[in-house]
Amino acid sequence: MSNIFFWRKKREEEKAEANQSDAASNSQDLVATELPKRNSKAGIRSLFSRVKFDLESLEQLEEILIQADFGVDSAESIVLEVKKIAKTQGAQSEAELKTILAGVIRDKLATGNRELNLTSGKLPYVILVVGVNGVGKTTTIGKLATWLTQGNWKVVLGAADTFRAAAVDQLATWADRAGVKLVGPSSEGQDPASVAFEAVEYAVQYEADVVIIDTAGRLQNKTDLMDELSKIRRVIEKQAEIAEVLLVLDATTGQNGLVQARAFAEAISVTGIALTKLDGSAKGGIVVAIQNELAIPIKLVGVGEGVEDFAFFDPEEFANGLVA
Amino acid sequence: MFGNLSDRLAETFKALRGKGRLSAADIDGTLREIRKALLEADVALEVVKNFISAIRERALGDEVSASLNPAQQVVQIVNEELIQILGGEARKLRYGKVSPTVIMLAGLQGSGKTTLAGKLAKWLKSEGENPLLVAADLQRPNAVDQLKVLGQKVSVEVYSPEVGSGVGDPVKVAKDSIAHARSKGNTVVIVDTAGRLGVDQEMMNQAKKIRDAIKPDETLFVIDAMLGQDAVNVAKAFEDGVGISAVVLTKLDGDARGGAALSVASVTGKPIIFSSTGESLDAFEPFYPDRMASRILDMGDILTLIEQAQKQFDEQSALEMAEKLAKENFTLEDFLEQMQQLRKMGSLKSMLAMMPGAGQMRQQLDSIDEKEIDRTEAIIRSMTPVERTNPKVLNGSRRTRIARGSGMSVTDVNSLVNRFEQAAKMMKTVAKGGTPQIPGMPAGMGGVVPRKRPKDSKKKTGSKSGNPAKRAAQEQARANGSGSQESGAGSAFGIGN
Repeated sequence: MSNIFFWRKKREEEKAEANQSDAASNSQDLVATELPKRNSKAGIRSLFSRVKFDLESLEQLEEILIQADFGVDSAESIVLEVKKIAKTQGAQSEAELKTILAGVIRDKLATGNRELNLTSGKLPYVILVVGVNGVGKTTTIGKLATWLTQGNWKVVLGAADTFRAAAVDQLATWADRAGVKLVGPSSEGQDPASVAFEAVEYAVQYEADVVIIDTAGRLQNKTDLMDELSKIRRVIEKQAEIAEVLLVLDATTGQNGLVQARAFAEAISVTGIALTKLDGSAKGGIVVAIQNELAIPIKLVGVGEGVEDFAFFDPEEFANGLVA
Repeated sequence: MFGNLSDRLAETFKALRGKGRLSAADIDGTLREIRKALLEADVALEVVKNFISAIRERALGDEVSASLNPAQQVVQIVNEELIQILGGEARKLRYGKVSPTVIMLAGLQGSGKTTLAGKLAKWLKSEGENPLLVAADLQRPNAVDQLKVLGQKVSVEVYSPEVGSGVGDPVKVAKDSIAHARSKGNTVVIVDTAGRLGVDQEMMNQAKKIRDAIKPDETLFVIDAMLGQDAVNVAKAFEDGVGISAVVLTKLDGDARGGAALSVASVTGKPIIFSSTGESLDAFEPFYPDRMASRILDMGDILTLIEQAQKQFDEQSALEMAEKLAKENFTLEDFLEQMQQLRKMGSLKSMLAMMPGAGQMRQQLDSIDEKEIDRTEAIIRSMTPVERTNPKVLNGSRRTRIARGSGMSVTDVNSLVNRFEQAAKMMKTVAKGGTPQIPGMPAGMGGVVPRKRPKDSKKKTGSKSGNPAKRAAQEQARANGSGSQESGAGSAFGIGN
């Protein structure tokens, strides 16, 4: 994330400063900011904590990968590649093989743009957060909001999960913690699309930099609920472009993760994945299959319940962590 | 693309179906497929390995080679082994010797504990208990509020002395709740706890302290059906950390293959006792290992369905319906009545998903428009009693009138009548004990055909398991007859459908 700048609106005091030093005033009233760094290293546990990894146990590699939720097909293809590379390189030692494995996994995850789309300068950036029940959507939003606020961004949260009991309260607590404005339903069970609309409307009026919309968890095989997402998208787009549709995926999820990603991608054109609960014993190997099949980049990882427990996904770090 | 484990196994067994004799190679090939299917269904690797070796051992034994229909025998073995892993006989909730019975819920974040607490409370009430909900998840923001809302919805008191969201001591809340329940005369206490990771030592210790403070009669480990390979580690961690007495499986209404159920049951040896199948607070039922195994094997969850139906169906009208079925004079009138009965039972889709062969119709099921029922109802309601009992009188001018009366087109009326005739034909076949042929199962038909299947299938399951030899003979006869008798939405391997 080093040299990427995110463009937000200038605050009044910044405008004043810019006027004083004429040289720096670019015609726009946007300012490039670097947002605080986050680190995910704590989150990843090695595949090989209990197993030795050498040429003999290469056969077992497939099983090890399966146990990390890579799935049978991905596991098979990774093993084949590792074997091929090991053969051409004449690799023998554990260290060499691990480097090769890490490289194969990294390459599978390194495609696509993993930056958050907060660079276009078209404000407010709308981030829509979707996923099945219980994956950590609301928590992820809380963390994102805090992070953006720390970068002096003006954030609005839209509580469009009007279904689950107390979901709005839960988001409100996060909004309080981050010190940002929350737009929620004015009556119980209000149509989520209308809440999303009002949140974006408010963000436009209030000249916010970002508006993050929380949605109700929905299982991807419920057609009517998936259709609701398209409706939410349509009403938002009446007022602002959607910068980012984040699919939140629980790292403990197995092969159904791919089915989830497929369904959500089809329903609402997902632009990135937030992989949560990576601080547990789960490895989230299904993301390899997701990236391979759907080319949806993993953008964020969640590594705890604390407000700062998230990071930008780094394939290199992830792969190295897995084989460490 | 396979919808789930049932579908995978169905595909696998198709190849075996009708084979008179299985070679070792046949069995190995099948086992490879089963292995892959189970892994793709998220059954943990170590569990799969044990499972496969148990099947192999039995499949190579005498019981298979001596059987009339070896393929069916393999299916039977897989079914039995699945049931065994899933916990054999259904186990009931264990009540304490002295009131109140204490139930503690534990599990990962987002597995559905709080929602489950609400459902459990509602169910206990219907069982005549007087439950108390205890808000001991003081971690997650507003988990306490969530439980309060749920308590209100099911009219159950919620003990929530702390506001939560990081404030308060869950051990104390849990402990005090027992005295509170005693003073209020509650018979069951349900303690909702914070979600925690298996590797989080501090939080596991806290769970242990809660357990020691309340000495639960049941410590229910809540997992969701989407859980992957990590199920094994998580289950072990909770078993070692708090000690669990039974498992609850949530989000079964999704399309996840649910292999975690097998993993957890196998690793902990603890029974799964409840399953949670939807966002409505009624979407909660006891877990029956044999039914789950049947479901995995795509034999449909007929018993569950019948039980749900029994709750709603007026018994008298059900009896009359059965008589009509036997006499084969099933009319549009009955059709409408059944549709209305079904309506009462809740979401049509979740009902249909329990039907045998539903795995193969999953795509169609997902695309069912529940409005279709409204439309069908409108059409039937626009018919005269004579037309409803005898659709044969429906000539062109009658159809035009019905279309106008129901706000539909004549084509819609025609297609309804066609579907009804097909269904009626199928039912006659079933009533005679034959296997229904369901051609193509068009999407619109999804709302029609299975409606009659609870009864047929009940009958058929009975007759079939009672006489496997006859079944095998039928199978054989069919195989010898026309080669293209495979029905589009038929069962996996000729059982239960």
